[in-house]
Amino acid sequence: MIRVVDLHKAFSGQAVLKGVNLELESGKITTIIGGSGCGKTVLLKHLNALLLPDRGSVLVDGTDITRLGAAALNEVRRKFGVLFQGAALLDSMTIFDNVAFPLREKTKLPESEIQKRAEERLEQVGLAGMGYKYPAEVSGGMKKRAGLARALVVEPEIILFDEPTTGLDPLLGKSIHELIRKVHAAFGFTGVIVSHDIPEVFKISDRVAMLANGVIAAAGPTPEFVESKNPIVRQFLQGETEGPLTVL
Amino acid sequence: MFSLIAQFGGATIRQLAGMGRMFRFLLAAFAWVFRPPQRLRLIVYHIRTIGVDSLSVVILSGVFTGMVMGLQGYYSLRKFNAESFLGSAVALSLLRELGPVLSAFMVTGRTGSAMAAEIGSMRVTEQIDALYSMAINPIQYLVSPRIIAGLISMPLLTAIFDVVGIYGAYMIGVGLLGVSSGSYFAGMESSVVFEDVWSGLLKSLSFGLIITWVCCYKGFHASPSATGVGEATTQSVVLCFVLILVWDYFMTSVML
Repeated sequence: MIRVVDLHKAFSGQAVLKGVNLELESGKITTIIGGSGCGKTVLLKHLNALLLPDRGSVLVDGTDITRLGAAALNEVRRKFGVLFQGAALLDSMTIFDNVAFPLREKTKLPESEIQKRAEERLEQVGLAGMGYKYPAEVSGGMKKRAGLARALVVEPEIILFDEPTTGLDPLLGKSIHELIRKVHAAFGFTGVIVSHDIPEVFKISDRVAMLANGVIAAAGPTPEFVESKNPIVRQFLQGETEGPLTVL
Repeated sequence: MFSLIAQFGGATIRQLAGMGRMFRFLLAAFAWVFRPPQRLRLIVYHIRTIGVDSLSVVILSGVFTGMVMGLQGYYSLRKFNAESFLGSAVALSLLRELGPVLSAFMVTGRTGSAMAAEIGSMRVTEQIDALYSMAINPIQYLVSPRIIAGLISMPLLTAIFDVVGIYGAYMIGVGLLGVSSGSYFAGMESSVVFEDVWSGLLKSLSFGLIITWVCCYKGFHASPSATGVGEATTQSVVLCFVLILVWDYFMTSVML
């Protein structure tokens, strides 16, 4: 389980997170929604200490990762896989080498086993036979799939998805959601998704949390969240410009 | 008045803090060299990108630098009937100063800028964050191998620059202007001592460090935008040029 406690973060004096409290249940997919620029990605990057808070803590299985040294933090990070918004594939490597990279770096597996696992993951995300291509030679959707294969290859306990469908057409977006649902069923990881893809993303979410004005305005199981009477949630889900949320 | 002093003080503190961050970055890069896993394959790869890929531009600039020195040296020395000293004048200038400095400039322009741009674009596209999230230290993976490769490549490139420069001056001085081949090399042999060669190579070693350190640092800390990468690249090249010249002066004053 991941617990975020009273998390504060400011950039150049501008407060982005103003005391976020959130629990992310093990084995469940939690989606974090919120307006553009409200700090969703900032919050996500705190979950594996890519960003460190000004105040507050992030507890991963009871360990406050904001106070760990480099070696201990690396051990915690081994539990995580991350699918970045732009996939963040290393562009000097082929798709296959990108997927095999974490295994080559972080395990002592023989090369034959690494190749087998990487090929399995590529097949799982529908990229069988595409491993020889470089990231610059494939589409955005294929990059996201490759990023997902790389996140999955080490079989992490927790996967963070930063806007997995942004920039994709509705069909591709849907296929990425299907893929996340399928691999979640197969691996049972704890998933955290930051997304604007509403209501599509709710279909694969067990829980939803909404970030607004630097705090979690509402959170709960998806069916309850969708029916929430919270005016901020209602305004956001219905896409209204008038209401408690300031749009411009 | 007070606000002016405060602004000056603030700017000074920011500059000092920036220098401190740069030195910490360098120390971290060296510390990671000695920690496993050793990245020999990456070091060899970067020796290729810094060293082998810069060969053509270093040879070309070395030949023409030598040719210009042959021409200028000949017409200057002729005024004193000292054309026979052309070989020693060219060799000493190249070995002690021009070889290390000009080859460092070439490598900065050819490879250093590309290094800053590549690492900067990795910052923008979250590839550096991806390395952190895979529990791989990006300084060990991206920076340390480049610094080691720079330390190995730069003296070799300088040595090549010196040799082709000397032969460039030979082509003009001996082949075109009629200086005797024997006096060209004999003058060189009598005036050049091992310290001249050594001091030049020592300079080039430090320039290799400056180029890789500055360019990696600027790329690593690029602002996450397209203009950020451009700014990092420009800053890295300008800072390298300035540091190379400043450091060259200090080394020369110490080694003379």
